[in-house]
Amino acid sequence: MKKLRDRVAALLDEGAVSLVIGYEEGTKRPRPLFCRNSESSGKLIFDSRCFHNLAVYVTKKELVGKERFAVTAPISTLRSILQLYVENQLSEEKLLVLTVDLNGELREFVTFEEISAYVAQFEMKRGEREQEILSKIEGMTREERWKFWMGEMSHCFKCYACRSACPLCYCTKCVVEVNRPQWINPWPSPISNMEWHVNRAMHMVGRCTACGACGDACPVGIPIDLITRKMMEDLAPEFGYIPGQPAKQGNALSSWKLDDREQFIR
Amino acid sequence: METKYISQGGMAQWFESIIASGKRVYAPVNSRGQVDFKLVKNLSEVADDYIQTTQSIKASVYPKAEVLFTYEKDHGKVNLSDFDPETIPETVLWKVHPCDAAGFKPLSAIFNWDSADKLHNAHLVKTSVISFSCAKADQSCFCTSVNGSPGNTAGSDIQLTVLPDGGAIAEILTPKGEALVALLPPVFEAERGDKKEQYLVDLPARFSLEEVNAKLNKAFNSTVWKEQSERCIGCGACAFVCPTCACFDIQEDVHGSKGRRIRCWDACGFALFTLHTSGHNPREHQSQRWRQRILHKFSYMPDRLSVVGCTGCGRCSRACPVDMNILEHITSIAKQ
Repeated sequence: MKKLRDRVAALLDEGAVSLVIGYEEGTKRPRPLFCRNSESSGKLIFDSRCFHNLAVYVTKKELVGKERFAVTAPISTLRSILQLYVENQLSEEKLLVLTVDLNGELREFVTFEEISAYVAQFEMKRGEREQEILSKIEGMTREERWKFWMGEMSHCFKCYACRSACPLCYCTKCVVEVNRPQWINPWPSPISNMEWHVNRAMHMVGRCTACGACGDACPVGIPIDLITRKMMEDLAPEFGYIPGQPAKQGNALSSWKLDDREQFIR
Repeated sequence: METKYISQGGMAQWFESIIASGKRVYAPVNSRGQVDFKLVKNLSEVADDYIQTTQSIKASVYPKAEVLFTYEKDHGKVNLSDFDPETIPETVLWKVHPCDAAGFKPLSAIFNWDSADKLHNAHLVKTSVISFSCAKADQSCFCTSVNGSPGNTAGSDIQLTVLPDGGAIAEILTPKGEALVALLPPVFEAERGDKKEQYLVDLPARFSLEEVNAKLNKAFNSTVWKEQSERCIGCGACAFVCPTCACFDIQEDVHGSKGRRIRCWDACGFALFTLHTSGHNPREHQSQRWRQRILHKFSYMPDRLSVVGCTGCGRCSRACPVDMNILEHITSIAKQ
């Protein structure tokens, strides 16, 4: 921890970066911290409780400004940063990425290639919670699954915390904010809730890196992260992805090839 | 006001007679790992051992989506069918916490500040509130800092304070409360001299409202809004779980020549909330929206409606994905 704090203080003092996004102790658990001077670096922490995906902030222009900034990134944040890079949302010149590796050593990534090599060491696995719920869902018939998700979605009140917490939901105008025409009814109701969540899921296909931020943010406890996680898992063998790593040839639903072997696309 | 004693068995019988009277009863139910208000038929469905429901009881008097009126075009004529207050059933809210019951006053102050809101008022008229005083609190609770208390009876028709024998002190506070007692009068026994305060959680006040209000009067251009809101991700979780947040949107649901006009929840934390047709947004940044949230509750409402827009229930702090803790933020403003 001391190494991280000292390095962050030095980076800010030297003017190498103008901002470091990290974690501090919160009232319930660690929370995001924005260090703009070396004094505040003393509040920085970085441990296994720090799982909030800080990549959600790196595309917010009003927050990060025009100068170079840094982010302390656990593995989930690193995965999102790589995906954002592939989607041309980040540049190496502007972002310095710090992490603390499994040996407790401070690591600095100047290039996305370095992050990619580091992330490749970590296999994407289901946690206990994911395994428990997903294996239950996988054992259901199609009708049972629909019933399960309609039941879960009925609790949604459209606070859009799932969208706000997702690093890959960086659109300045979301589909639910388009009102000419109004694609999705803004009020909560069983079918319009499902419309929203299907839309969200389809926009995430082949992009989601299963950080779980959406499910974690949901105030009414809908395990929505499992929809996009499951799609990531299912897509990987079909499209040659490695789960949790960005698709180098483009995202499944937003890229196409002239020589695609499927007929329907031509 | 009258105080009575009701035994545990008496409470169960009374609950059954409320159900038997045909009224809808909403009570906290534990399901999917969360406790929230749901329609119940049996006392056994009602949750025990929790601090707070995830969502407030607000939806019972201000539904998430409600039809204001329906219309149909018919050969150049428009047939309008207005909201009918008679369609609202008699409703009993069981086991409401005092911070939720106290939320009815600020909510009604907003809905009736210029003209009387027919829908909200129709719900209120048909709603009776049986609150349970609080024997427990957590670190997000701060009702005592915002004119409330674990035994506050404001907004309740009857308040029960549960005793160690499972029975309760019953404070019958309003004619609506008396009407509920009249469903089964014999279970309400003479009071036994139990001291209510003895069974309430001790929750020291954390800040003074006057101090906060005075600071906020000069804080519009303060840097505090930007500092506090940097980590806010701009979702509506805080507003939607809040017992007093009343921002709404008006929407049309049109199908051919028929349609409905719907009022649904909205949140001042959303960027879209203040976006003008021209493209201009007077609250362009999250810091401005956070300022609005705090000033509205702790400055504008006390000044204009003579009621504070926060009941200290702590739900926003519990629901926030990034730990925007309102108690922490307000306390820091009070100390500035």
